[in-house]
Amino acid sequence: MSTASFTAPKRAGSNTAGTRKALRNHRIAEAFAAWSLACPAFILLVVLFFLPVFAVFAIALTDWQFGASSLSFVGFANFKEVFADEGFRASFVNTILYVAIVVPGTILLGLAIALLIEAGRSFRAFYRAIHFLPFMATLTAMAIAWEALLHPTIGLVNQTLVGLGLPTANWLRDENTVLPVLAVIGIWQNLGYAMVLFLAGLKSIPQDLYDAADIDGADLWLDRLRTVTLPMLGPVTMFVFIVVALKAFETFDTVQILTQGGPGHASETLLFTLYRESFQYLRTGYGASVAVVFLFIVVALTLIQARVMDKRVHYQ
Amino acid sequence: MSTLRLDPLSAIFRHAVLLITGALILIPFVWMVSLSIKPPGEIFRASFSFWPEQFYGIENYTKALTEVPLSQYMLNGVFVCAMIVVLQILVCAPAAYALAKLDFPGKNLLFALVLIALLLPHEVLALPLFILGYQLGILNTYAALIFPYVVSPFGIFLFRQFFKTIPDDVIHAARLDGLSELSIVWKIMVPMALPAIIAFGIFSVVSHWNSLFWPLIAVRDQALMPPPLGIMAFKNEEAGNDYGPLMAAATLVVAPLIIAFLSAQRWFVEGLTGGAVK
Repeated sequence: MSTASFTAPKRAGSNTAGTRKALRNHRIAEAFAAWSLACPAFILLVVLFFLPVFAVFAIALTDWQFGASSLSFVGFANFKEVFADEGFRASFVNTILYVAIVVPGTILLGLAIALLIEAGRSFRAFYRAIHFLPFMATLTAMAIAWEALLHPTIGLVNQTLVGLGLPTANWLRDENTVLPVLAVIGIWQNLGYAMVLFLAGLKSIPQDLYDAADIDGADLWLDRLRTVTLPMLGPVTMFVFIVVALKAFETFDTVQILTQGGPGHASETLLFTLYRESFQYLRTGYGASVAVVFLFIVVALTLIQARVMDKRVHYQ
Repeated sequence: MSTLRLDPLSAIFRHAVLLITGALILIPFVWMVSLSIKPPGEIFRASFSFWPEQFYGIENYTKALTEVPLSQYMLNGVFVCAMIVVLQILVCAPAAYALAKLDFPGKNLLFALVLIALLLPHEVLALPLFILGYQLGILNTYAALIFPYVVSPFGIFLFRQFFKTIPDDVIHAARLDGLSELSIVWKIMVPMALPAIIAFGIFSVVSHWNSLFWPLIAVRDQALMPPPLGIMAFKNEEAGNDYGPLMAAATLVVAPLIIAFLSAQRWFVEGLTGGAVK
C-alpha cells in the first residue's frame, strides 16, 4: 500500500495563480491518497461481491453443471423448473411458515421480556445476559443439545410429558411437528436479540412523555404502556420485525444438523435447498436460480427496512 | 418507565416470570452439560437429575478431545477467525477513512458499492465463490475458509460512521506533524475509534466462529474444519449412540464464546446489535 502524503496548501500564496495551482495539486494529491487507501477494499468488493452476484444471475440462465466443460443458454428454463418443482414449492412454503412463526414469537417474547426487565431496577444485567445467551452460542452445537432434549425416548421433553401424563411425539421425525419445533428453536435463539433491541428502544423514550402521561392521569403501568411505551416503540418494532425476518429466512444450521429437510420435504427451507442442489447434487444452474429467488426475497425485505428507517428519521 | 417504583407484588411477579423464562432458555445448555458428565448407562436410563450418580465427565471429555481432533477444530476456528478479523480491519479501516475524511472522484460510487454489498446475503454468493476458489486451486485449505470475508462492507460502513465523528482538526494537526495518510489511519483514527473496532471484532469473531454454511462448502479435510463443521462430522460418525462425548464436544465448542460473553457483556451486546444494520 502506498504511503502517499500531502500537506495543507500554503496559506501565504503571494499570487492567486500560485495559490490555485497549489490547491489543484493538493486536490490531486488528496484523490491519489484516497484511492490508494480505498483501492484494496474496492477491488475486493468487486471480486468477492459484485462479480459473484452477476455470475449467479448468468449461471441461472444456463444449463451448466459444475465440472461440465460445455454449457448453453437456456433462458428462464431453470426458473420454470424451480417453480414447477414440488420440492422447491414445499421448501418455499416451509420457509414462509417458519418465518411466520418465528417472527411474531420472537417479537412478542422479546418485547415482553424487555418490558419486564426495564420495569424494575434489580438484576437487569443478569436477566439480560441469560436471555441473550442463545443468540451468541454456536447454533450447530446447541442444535445437538436440542436433539438430545427432543429425543423420542430419553429426551427431557418427552420424559416431562410422560410424567405429566401427556401424549409424546417423535418431534423431529414427524412431519406435523418438525417445522414448529425448528421454529421454537429459532425463537429460542433470536428472542434475546429482539430483547436487546427493544431495551435500547425503551431507553430512548424521553422521560417527559411519561411525565406528561402522568399529568393526564395515566398513572397505572398498563396505561403508560398503552399510551406511551408501545406507540413510541413502533419504529423499533418495525426494525426488529425485518431483522428477525431476515435471520429466519436465512435458517440453515438447524435444518442441516437436525433434519436434513426431512421427513420428506417437511422441514426443507430455502437455504437448505440452495445448498443441496448447488453443492450436493451439483445442479449448478438450478441452484443458482434458487439463489436468485432467495436474493430477491432478502433484498425486498431489506429495502422495506430502509424505507421504514427513512420514515423513522422524518418522525423525529 | 425507569423512575417507576414497583410495588412489592409487581416486583415479585417480575422476578418470577423472568426467572421462569430464564430457566427455560437455559435448559438446552444445562441438559448439554449434564449429559456431558454422565456415563452411557445413565444417559439411556433417562432421569431428570442434573448431576450423575457416577461422574463420567473425565471419560467423556477425554474421548471428545482424543477420538476426534476437537482441539484441532478449535485451533482452526481460532486461526481462521483471527485471520479474518485482522484482514478485515486492515482492508476496511483505510477505505473507511478515505470515505469519511477525504474528497476524491468516485467517492459516491465506492460508498454505493459498500451499501449494495451490505444488502447481499453471503449464501447467495457461495456458488460463484466456490467456483472462484476452485479456479484458484485453494479449495480445502485455510485460504478457502478466509478469502470470502477479507473485505466486510459492514466493517467499512461502521468505521466510516465512527471516523466521521472525529474532528478534522485532529487530522490537520497530524498532517502538519508530517504524518502520511496511512499513518493517520493507523496512529490516529483507529486508536480513536477503538470502541467501534472492538465491537466490530466481536461481531466478526462470533459470526465466523459459529458459521457452518461456507465451511461446509469450502473444506472436506477434517484437519481444516472449524468447530461447527467438526462437531457436525463428529455427530455423523457417532450416529447418535455416544451422547456423552458428543455433548462434551458441544460444550467445549460453545464454552469460549459464552465465557467471553459473560466477562464482557456490554461489549458483546454492542458488537452484536451494532450488527443489526447488516
